[in-house]
Parts: sequence; structure tokens; C-alpha cells
Amino acid sequence: MTAAVLERRAWVEQVMGLPVSVHVRGPRPGAAADAVARLFAELRRADAVFSPYRDDSELNRLERGELALRDADHTMPEVLHLCGEARRRTAGWFDARGLPDPRTGRPRLDPSGLVKGWAAERAAGHLAGLDGHGWCLNAGGDVLVSDADGHPPWRVGIEDPAAPGRILRVVEVRSGAVATSGDAHRGAHIVDPHTGRPATAVRSVSVRGPSLMWADVHATAAAARGSLAGLPPGYSGLLVARDGTVTASPDWPG
Amino acid sequence: MRRITLWLMSTVGALVLLFSYRTSTQAPSHDVVDASQARPGPAPADDAPTREPRPAGEDDEDEGRDAEDDDEGGDGGGDGGGREESADAGGTFEGALAQTAQGPVQVSITVEGGRITDVGVLTAPSGSGRHEEINSRALPILEEDALAKQSADVDTVSGATATSGGYRESLQAAIDAANL
Repeated sequence: MTAAVLERRAWVEQVMGLPVSVHVRGPRPGAAADAVARLFAELRRADAVFSPYRDDSELNRLERGELALRDADHTMPEVLHLCGEARRRTAGWFDARGLPDPRTGRPRLDPSGLVKGWAAERAAGHLAGLDGHGWCLNAGGDVLVSDADGHPPWRVGIEDPAAPGRILRVVEVRSGAVATSGDAHRGAHIVDPHTGRPATAVRSVSVRGPSLMWADVHATAAAARGSLAGLPPGYSGLLVARDGTVTASPDWPG
Repeated sequence: MRRITLWLMSTVGALVLLFSYRTSTQAPSHDVVDASQARPGPAPADDAPTREPRPAGEDDEDEGRDAEDDDEGGDGGGDGGGREESADAGGTFEGALAQTAQGPVQVSITVEGGRITDVGVLTAPSGSGRHEEINSRALPILEEDALAKQSADVDTVSGATATSGGYRESLQAAIDAANL
């Protein structure tokens, strides 16, 4: 019952077109307000640089030839490099190139699938100094948590893609990420990079691992691939096939 | 109250889903035929009190007594202190009236020792066969759903990227709202 006396506070904002929530747990969660504000500011900065929706984002100015890479924000080359790295690590199943533009449908470079996890993970750095407090960051369904000593683990529910609102499995996490990719809410938006067509074999893939960015990248890759085969050491997955069949990696913790 | 609020919100959500499901899988004409005037035969549920789904033993409990029940529960759960204790300890809690495509719906949950022990329907869309149908068909599903959620009792939800519209209806939104 000691767990029950932990105070908990939540903050929610709409950033990068996503509902992002931060929960802080500990003796004085309200004291985290400034750090949480910096976290959201960091996410908004990332959106200003990388949004494929905003005409004035650096990404779109770069695409239109109005901005040279050397004049772009210092995070731009880093993210482009990471996109290449993600393509290599997933044997091509995650590919930011040639994705349909969210507004026009024309093929373009869209690093969003990596930027979300990258930005969330980076922004969570602002919570690092909260001694004695644990936190849980949820960016549109991708989760990164950190626990304080003596606290219970965070219980992360995996949403049933066939019935959003229902919980399929529960994973207890003290530190690290759970990311889920699928088409439950936005229709088929995962593209098979080898055919350029929407990937449809899988309803959702959840990946548990130390890094939110890599968990998300591998979840997207596994959804495109229709299999958990390519997960690296330290990462495990839960896959819900189109027909509802659930498969998990042998080391899936739930 | 946080956990109770969450349970209530998700329970109402489940009931709304049940209604939508029913609408999309059954011929709508069924509902029309069911409307009271269309049936010559007496409809047994017509005059039944709206609170009939409550189990025996709960009937004597009025809305007006809920606050008192909370206090009793708080005393019972006593030594831990803190405002969550009283909510966990027990009582019957009524959800807000939710508008569904079929009409207004209001549910209650009964909590004892911090666990949901019963789910009831206080208000259901009118129509003679309607209420009984909810009791016989939807209520067990609803109850199972609420109990399943309780056993899950999660801190956060990982799912495919939510849109803002989807978020408003989501379990994550209920969890966030309970902690704001």
C-alpha cells in the first residue's frame, strides 16, 4: 500500500499533431512543472524543424531548395544520418525516403516515423534531474518511462488494435520504452518500402526496448515486414496479425 | 476518486461501444418494431423502475445517500489516510449521463474494498424490450469489460499513433484526465 501514497501529476499538450502526456510520480510531482514545460518546448522546436505538415518547417524549406543543409538546424544532419542508420539496421524495412506526402500524397523524404521517438527521447532529458521522482512520457501511444528507487514499475497497457479502449496485454517497465505501430487510428499509414504499397498483414506491432526511437523504428519496420524476425538484441515484440492472432518474441515481458 | 472516475469513464465508454456495435450488426427495423406502441402485447418492462438492474441488496441505496456511504467507507479504510483511501474503500458511484446514438445512458459501479463488485445501468434508452435486452445481453459483457480493465489497471497505454479526435475518447485520455 506504500505505492498509494505516491502523488502523481499529469500534463497533456498537443504537439507534432499528437497528444503528448507526461506523468510524474513521487513526493512532489508539481515541482516538475518547469522541467515539463521545457520538455514540451523542446518538442515544439523539433516540430518547427521537422514537420512535414508545416510549410515553414526546415524540412519543407530544404525539400523546396530554399534552405541549404549547412544552414539548417544542427539536428537536421543528425536526423538524416539516423534515418540512413535506421534503414540499414532494419534491412530496408524502415525507409524515410519516398513516403507519401501527408498532404499531397507525392513521394518525399519524411523522417516523421523516426523524429517522433528521437524528439521525445531527447525532450525527456529535461526530466533527468527529478530526484526521487519517476516519470512516464506518452507521445501519441509511444511510451518512455523512468522509475525512482522504491517505486512500483509503470504498468504499460498494450491497446487491442481491434478494440481501442481495451487492453490486450500489460507490460511492467521500470526504465525504457514501449512503442506501437499500426493502423488502428489512422488507417493504413505504414508503407512497405519494397513495394511502396500500404502494409496490411499486421494490425499492430509493439516493441519493448531501452530506446524509444529504436523501439519505434523497429515497430514500424516489423509492421511493414509482417514479422518480428528482425528485432535486435535487447528488443522484444508483440505482433497482432490482421486476423487477430497474437505472437510475441520469446523474451517479451508481458 | 481518481480511480473511480477512470472506471466510470471507461465503463460508459464500453457501453457506448456496445450500443454502436449492436446498431451496426442488427437490422435497425428491429428497434422500430420494438417501440412500445407497435406491440399489441404487454411489454413487461414498461413500468419497471429504471434502476431494476441493481442486484438485490442494493435497491435501498439512494443517490442522496452516496455521500454518506463515502464517509462510511473512509472510516472503514481508516488508518492509511489520504483522499484516495475513501474512494478505494467503497460505495456506489454514478457516472455522468452519456448521450449515445440510441439515447441517454447512465451507469453506476459498486466498489468494495477498492474493487469493482458490480456494474449497473441507471438509465437506458427507452423502448419496451430495450431495458431487458440491456440487462440480459449487454450488462454481462459490460461487467466483464469493467472487471477486465480493473485487473489491467494500467498507468499508460501504448497503441498505434492516436489522432486528437481518437485521443479524446481513449483510455489514455481518461488516465490523463484522472491525474491532471
